[in-house]
Amino acid sequence: MRLSRESPLLLLVLPLLYAAGAPPPAAAQEAAGGAISGADTSWMLISTALVLLMTPGLAFFYGGLVNSRNALNTMMMSFVALGVSAVLWAVLGYSLAFGSSGTGFVGDFSMALLSGVGTEPNGTIPHMLFMAFQATFAIITAALISGALIGRMRFGPYVAFIALWGLLVYAPVAHWVWGGGWLGELGALDFAGGTVVHVNAGVAALVAALVLGSRHEYARTALLPHNVPFVLLGAGLLWFGWFGFNGGSALAADGIAALAFVNTLLAPAAALVVWALLDYFRSGKATAVGVATAIVVGLVAITPASGFISPANALLLGAISAVPSYAVLQWRARTRLDDSLDVFAAHGIGGVSGAILTGFFASAAVNGMADGLFYGNPNQVGIQAIAILAVAVYCGAMTFIILKAIGLVLPLRTSEKEEARGMDLLNHGEEAYASSGGAVLLLDEEMNGGSGAESSPGTPPSGSRASAYSTDAD
Amino acid sequence: MKLIKAIIRPERLNDVMKALFQADVRGITVSRVQGHGGETTPVATYRGTTVMMELQEKVLLDIGVSDDFTETVVAAILRSARTDEVGDGKIFVCPVDQVHRIRTGDRDTAAVTPVS
Repeated sequence: MRLSRESPLLLLVLPLLYAAGAPPPAAAQEAAGGAISGADTSWMLISTALVLLMTPGLAFFYGGLVNSRNALNTMMMSFVALGVSAVLWAVLGYSLAFGSSGTGFVGDFSMALLSGVGTEPNGTIPHMLFMAFQATFAIITAALISGALIGRMRFGPYVAFIALWGLLVYAPVAHWVWGGGWLGELGALDFAGGTVVHVNAGVAALVAALVLGSRHEYARTALLPHNVPFVLLGAGLLWFGWFGFNGGSALAADGIAALAFVNTLLAPAAALVVWALLDYFRSGKATAVGVATAIVVGLVAITPASGFISPANALLLGAISAVPSYAVLQWRARTRLDDSLDVFAAHGIGGVSGAILTGFFASAAVNGMADGLFYGNPNQVGIQAIAILAVAVYCGAMTFIILKAIGLVLPLRTSEKEEARGMDLLNHGEEAYASSGGAVLLLDEEMNGGSGAESSPGTPPSGSRASAYSTDAD
Repeated sequence: MKLIKAIIRPERLNDVMKALFQADVRGITVSRVQGHGGETTPVATYRGTTVMMELQEKVLLDIGVSDDFTETVVAAILRSARTDEVGDGKIFVCPVDQVHRIRTGDRDTAAVTPVS
């Protein structure tokens, strides 16, 4: 509920406008048309680049957690979102999320293909910069889901899934909360996307893992991280980028941005400390993968609250939110649910903790917006719960429908044998750690009929190399 | 005594280990190796370069056993490593002149008999 994107003056009168049955904020926003601020614009340019860097960071975080024969495919699931989700955002997604609506459910097509999205002011920054900032959110939200799908989903259906999901789930939900839709009007507080991004992605991951089913080796072979330093690198890049995610959600270079920035430093720090202690009391050792996970959980939890609560409360929020995610993560590993990289525990549960705690800790004294339960407004917790439930139900149902629909056209999963050999060679024809020993260069004239196919040693691509093939077939 | 050298698919390793432990094998050495056994060759592409990956990842097991135990171990590996496709691997059984257990100095059959 980033109302602060509008000018401060408008912020104050918006609730009154709603009450008086005024036009939805998208229209109000266009009418606002203040001057562009150089300071705000430069911070938002930087923030947009910071948030974009989170998706490669996520690729390292996820890529390090899987085994080496699925490393590339796992990282590609994030990287492909940088292309597909960004293109679709420009084509239609932005309009669906931030176009004006009569119903409060979804935006119209008025800004399809970025029609009318120019350098004119939107708040105090150029409109197209606001669009680009929002695009980076659409990208990472789609990429987050992939952690539940690794090691078994075919790449084509995955791309189709995130494309449809971005348009049919992410864009409408972003509209509900930020685009002038019904949850924003209800007063739900979501500063930078705890509900829109994290509850949304977490629930989608849970449903997708159920629809897809577990990997064949699940519960027989442990999924060991093949590169824990990658996991730590990814967590570091995510934290770095998250300063833009939360700090940029103020849409200005002002005090609220500084507040969100500081809270983004403190909440994950507290979550890290608590998580390491939980690890220590459970197993006698603080783990590196645990610390990396704690950083992500703390970041997720502070996201909806970052511009609404005081730094001292951010420490508390980070510390508290580590506990439910830790518990769900331990529980999930003992079930048949193959949410392989625990997207639901980290983002779903972390997002719910953050959104609910926002309802407790929000303080109008901090940013002049709204009070939570601890500051005399118990209703806010209920409003937060309604927002979470609405997003979870809609996202869960739509994710199920989209995956089932794609499944009618394309098989979603690979076979057991292909799973055993790994997704990298199968889906991408590459290996993360290829050994050049035994790799025979194929020249143009030797490639008879399409690369990517497997050639049998009985019929080598060209007679010239036939002697290189063993005839020792069983 | 015999030295059983088995080359298997990496993805079968967990099942083979389980079968071997069930057959009471206690000592085993595992190496990651590359080889070619007549199976289909995957083609990989890196930017403009297309290559045939002629060497496949395999796992080599070395197991020293007493003569009586050989058939049990071979049967366990055959059963657990098979996928019925070319590239499942080979088992070689080699004679062994001497075996010494370093810790105790046990020799030959005593050295390949599991310590309970």
